[in-house]
Amino acid sequence: MIAAAASLAAGFLALSLVATGLRGRSWASVFVYGASAVLSLGLLGAGLVALVTGGAATHMTLPVGLPWLGAHLRLDALSAVFAAIIGLGGAAISAYAIGYGRQEHEPHRVLPFYPGFLGAMTMVVLAADAFTFLLSWETMSLLSWALVLTHHREQETRGAGYLYLVMAGFGTMVLLLAFGLMAGADGSYDFAAMRAVEHGPALAALVLGLTAVGAGSKAGLLPLHVWLPVAHPAAPSHVSALMSGVMTKVALYGFIRVAFDLLGPVPWWMSVPVIVTGAVTAVMGILFANVDGDAKRVLAYSTIENIGVIFAALGLALAFRANDMQTLAALALTAGLIHAMNHMLFKSLLFMVAGAVLNATGRHDLDGLGGLIHRMPKTAFLALVGVTAISALPPLNGFVSEWLLFQAILQSPQLSQPGLQFLVPAVGGLLALAAALAAACFVRFYGVIFLGRPRTDVAQEAVETDRWSLSAMAGLALLCGFAGIVPGLLVDLVAPAVERALGSRVPMQAGNHWFTLVPVANVQSSYSGFLVMVFVAISGGLSAWLVHRLASRRLRRAPAWDCGFPNADPVTQYGAGSFAQPIRRVMATVLAARETVTMPPPGDTKPARHTAHTEDLAWTRVYIPLIAFVGAAAARLNALQFLTIRRYLSLVFGSLILLLTGLTIWN
Amino acid sequence: MHDLAFDIAHLLAGSLVLVSFMMIYQDRLYALLNTFALQALLLAMAVAWQAFTRDAPHLYATAAIALIFKAIIVPWALHRVVARMGIQRTVETVTGVVPTMLAGMGLVALSILLMLQLTEAAENPLAREDLAFALSVILLGMLMMVTRRNAVTQVVGFMSLENGLILAAAGAQGMPLVVEISVAFSVLIAMIVIGVFLFRIRERFDSVDTEALDAFRGERR
Repeated sequence: MIAAAASLAAGFLALSLVATGLRGRSWASVFVYGASAVLSLGLLGAGLVALVTGGAATHMTLPVGLPWLGAHLRLDALSAVFAAIIGLGGAAISAYAIGYGRQEHEPHRVLPFYPGFLGAMTMVVLAADAFTFLLSWETMSLLSWALVLTHHREQETRGAGYLYLVMAGFGTMVLLLAFGLMAGADGSYDFAAMRAVEHGPALAALVLGLTAVGAGSKAGLLPLHVWLPVAHPAAPSHVSALMSGVMTKVALYGFIRVAFDLLGPVPWWMSVPVIVTGAVTAVMGILFANVDGDAKRVLAYSTIENIGVIFAALGLALAFRANDMQTLAALALTAGLIHAMNHMLFKSLLFMVAGAVLNATGRHDLDGLGGLIHRMPKTAFLALVGVTAISALPPLNGFVSEWLLFQAILQSPQLSQPGLQFLVPAVGGLLALAAALAAACFVRFYGVIFLGRPRTDVAQEAVETDRWSLSAMAGLALLCGFAGIVPGLLVDLVAPAVERALGSRVPMQAGNHWFTLVPVANVQSSYSGFLVMVFVAISGGLSAWLVHRLASRRLRRAPAWDCGFPNADPVTQYGAGSFAQPIRRVMATVLAARETVTMPPPGDTKPARHTAHTEDLAWTRVYIPLIAFVGAAAARLNALQFLTIRRYLSLVFGSLILLLTGLTIWN
Repeated sequence: MHDLAFDIAHLLAGSLVLVSFMMIYQDRLYALLNTFALQALLLAMAVAWQAFTRDAPHLYATAAIALIFKAIIVPWALHRVVARMGIQRTVETVTGVVPTMLAGMGLVALSILLMLQLTEAAENPLAREDLAFALSVILLGMLMMVTRRNAVTQVVGFMSLENGLILAAAGAQGMPLVVEISVAFSVLIAMIVIGVFLFRIRERFDSVDTEALDAFRGERR
């Protein structure tokens, strides 16, 4: 199976090279995206087969890379889960891009990098030594950076690309340190050798921290998230979907691989920072999403929230594992993995919706849209499925993973450390807050874009998007529903990976009646998405029938917002800023929200202005001082470029003497 | 016999360090070049003595190369350069001679401390002493490059540094002749390149004071 997966990865990379030579051909776009979709389907198949057959690890070594190491590749259950995520996401997004890519003005800026990006992500999950892993990771970063810079003529995009490049380089460097520490003095960079080494608690804590920083900077963990809301929206929409839906999962894979596989058991207190960071990331991410006015940035911030939720689940799994409660650890890890899968489904879907809206109207600011449900009914329906799923409403898939996570949180009193007994319920409260805010955020997202009346002329003249895009979105929406109705299937699917990581698994769900989910045998809680779906269908259908029966079937159009202003301007509707206002005011401290009202002097006919302003405290309190410090230090050190020859020699001489003196004293 | 051999090798290596100090002390260019030739001569003798006591004939070749190139050709060439370009005959120093000498003594102390510590495991006492002296010569050569303004003196400092390298290599069980030849040639080429540069600098600035280059780059000191 590894041979199949590795050749698919090689196929992606080869397709990149082919795409370089296709510049200017009219069919290049269809060919490249079509081939990417086929290869992705193959990858999905390879991952699923590996999982269904029990997730036995297959291994191969290629004679490339470092001469004494070679390139170790391995497909075990954990890799297979993420290979399946990449395959499914890649297939749907590539199919979408067949339609979406036609609108691209400069396809040659996207096509050569797109398949390679997929291939590099595949290589990351297949890598079984630190060198191959880091090389693939960096390739993934650089190719996605090139994709972010597609519209490089815009100033904002260039800034986003630069920020992304800096953060990606930083993350890879930190991961390099983590792997170096794990390899130990004899430099065994093979994962199998790392697994065999015992790590002391101090070293393990350092490695876990470095991995959380390195992988977290790619996934969007607070406070390393700053690049994500600028870089994800700057790319073309299908690339945004790939970065937000799939690449963040690859980053999660990096963390899971180190924390649950390579590092071995860790003390309980090391789970605390992971849980707390995850919960804070979730709340802050969704708060920013609630006040932002740009459709794609809202989605990017929501990605940060979901990554936070998943990290909280992983931290919980670490805490349970440290207490030898393997079944509950398995529950938390299962929740994390399924949420990763679900997030890929609905976040890709929503970015596709944003892309379709962007293509139809040319706008991505929420306040320039509105009323699109009339012009784009199919997209509107699929978007409704997506926002319902991401708001964790049953019977869709978002509910399942959050429910599993809360089941794990409710078991926290069984933990033996009082610190965790207090902390985990508090984190549960934060995650519940995040879930509620997510619902608020997507009510706003959907309401402002699709409901009400068009706020601009372009929104009024929008046309439905093409068939390829619609079918890709419909496929993802169907999967969102399917995964929500038969969640037991997903639990059983990821079970080999959980068992591989923890030696234990959530009980088999396949035999349950009514597709009920019974995560922990001794706890009396269960959930049947199927029954909920049946109930929703019957009650919803019944009430719709009753309403139409008792009232009228006729579609009525009446003047909207007709409260004394029959010809009111569409901008008087409840808009993005109006939705955000309550949350912005309540959370003014953490959002650093300011409102200013400018009144014209008496007698002046200028309008009064009200402006609301929020900022990211991580950016103003951490990054701006840091950037200022780096700038000042660079300005100081600049003098070093203009020394005399003799002074350069003196520098070399001085450092040599310093090192020799150090050596003498040290000896 | 063995003790005498050791003493003579010790004497020759030690006098290399002494000559390095003499080079720091010189304040005339010609005298400096002569002292450098003396150092190269001592180096040749030290290497030849190693060849004799250790019965390693290829070291004779090393000694011959040192003698011909470094004791004769290079000083002679530098003499000609100084004469043809009419360079000012005094050595322009950055700091006074006494602080430089004191710093040099500190460097010798440092290298002896370091080398004797590091090579405690080695059985051969000669190699240990030789390495300590060689490092001293290298550091003194660098010190000279750093504390002199004139390009010719910097070249001499570089050559003296290279003498230290040869001494170290000869002490450590001898190096292959190929390496020695290539080092000698690279030094010669470095000398030629630097000589060409000297002419170019002189043509343009009427001086071989390297500070003139900095003024040309439009920089302040």
